[in-house]
Amino acid sequence: MRPVPVSAARKGLCSCHVCHLVSRREQLSAVAHCPRCGAYLHFRKPASVARCWSLLIAAYILYIPANLLTMMETGSLFSYRKDTIMSGVVHLWNTGSWGIALVVFIASITIPLLKLISLTLLLISVQRRSTWHPRQRTRLYRLVELVGRWSMLDIYVVTLLAALVQLGSLATVKAGPAAVAFGAVVVLTMFASMQFDPRLIWDPLQKESTP
Amino acid sequence: MAHNSAAFIACHDCDLLQREIPLKPGCAASCSRCGAVLYRNATDSIDRTLAYTLSAAVVFVVANAFPIFAIEVQDSVTAINLIGAVRSLWHQEMQAVSLVVLVTTVLVPALELITMAYLLLPLKFLRVPPGYTLLLRLMRMVEPWGMIEVLMLGMLVSLVKLTSNFKVIPGVALWSFGVLTLLLAAAAASFSTRDVWARLDKVQGRGDA
Repeated sequence: MRPVPVSAARKGLCSCHVCHLVSRREQLSAVAHCPRCGAYLHFRKPASVARCWSLLIAAYILYIPANLLTMMETGSLFSYRKDTIMSGVVHLWNTGSWGIALVVFIASITIPLLKLISLTLLLISVQRRSTWHPRQRTRLYRLVELVGRWSMLDIYVVTLLAALVQLGSLATVKAGPAAVAFGAVVVLTMFASMQFDPRLIWDPLQKESTP
Repeated sequence: MAHNSAAFIACHDCDLLQREIPLKPGCAASCSRCGAVLYRNATDSIDRTLAYTLSAAVVFVVANAFPIFAIEVQDSVTAINLIGAVRSLWHQEMQAVSLVVLVTTVLVPALELITMAYLLLPLKFLRVPPGYTLLLRLMRMVEPWGMIEVLMLGMLVSLVKLTSNFKVIPGVALWSFGVLTLLLAAAAASFSTRDVWARLDKVQGRGDA
């Protein structure tokens, strides 16, 4: 016989986010510390949904200049081009570097979009206290956490190229304003996914609301 | 209470309360409800992580001291290392971006390596490093921001982009970063916070109390 699934919070038990020690919280109002490592204890991440929404909305806003402005300026004796993220990918594709074009496309276009859309879906479903496929939604969250860092790729590429190719009139690479916006999008979405508490996905499944 | 709360574990993803079970070496326990990995029985976790960390620290120094790659144009060679790239970006009015690069590829990995060595070296000889709770909390906080493996891919992409226009000479740091990526992945795979806490509890005689 399978036991009835019960969350730690319903039992008044709190799991430390640093050392994973499960301990009982005596007073619900007071600030509690983990008896083993001293980290702040909380049943759920505080103000998770509100904080995640605000970071996410900021990321959405910055996502627009990140894609519309210039990411990289390349100048030489014979040519001068300004590339946004997307036109950079297209240029790579057209010049025959299909593999690299695909890698950059996944890291700079697919992953940020996946993160923004997934977090939006997760937040809406949590706010509606949805009980729809909690396991799939948790997996989606884990995927977001796992792949999020890889969108930093373009920032590193621009950094390395802009620093190395400084040959005056012969050839120059310069980082454009989109680099700032895109870097901010990556950092903001990383903070947003850290603020999201996947345990909120599972809370509506409990018959009573958790403390 | 009939049961000791130390024998319980709550899933970090869905908060399901479960009882810990002993594992065979190399196995992992996953949550019965959402499938998250709860803990692993990593073999010789502390010894292995320490070995990987110390070697990674050596490679890290090499990777930052030597040039990543150089380009050759009309018999003049321009080389670059990571710190140089960050500094150059700073002077191109891109301070925010250069700070992000500095933090994610130099400061956080350095901090992680130092903290890890500081925590694990005494633990190996059954001593308790002072301030360990603070450092373990700090580690947990900075951990997502170390992005050496992404930088590694960034270097490869840059290399391909450069070869279409210049004669590129790969530097020592390029290989070092490759090795560093592997060592950090190995260290992360063998590290288990659960084992560290178990060892700390044992050394301090907290045991099952």
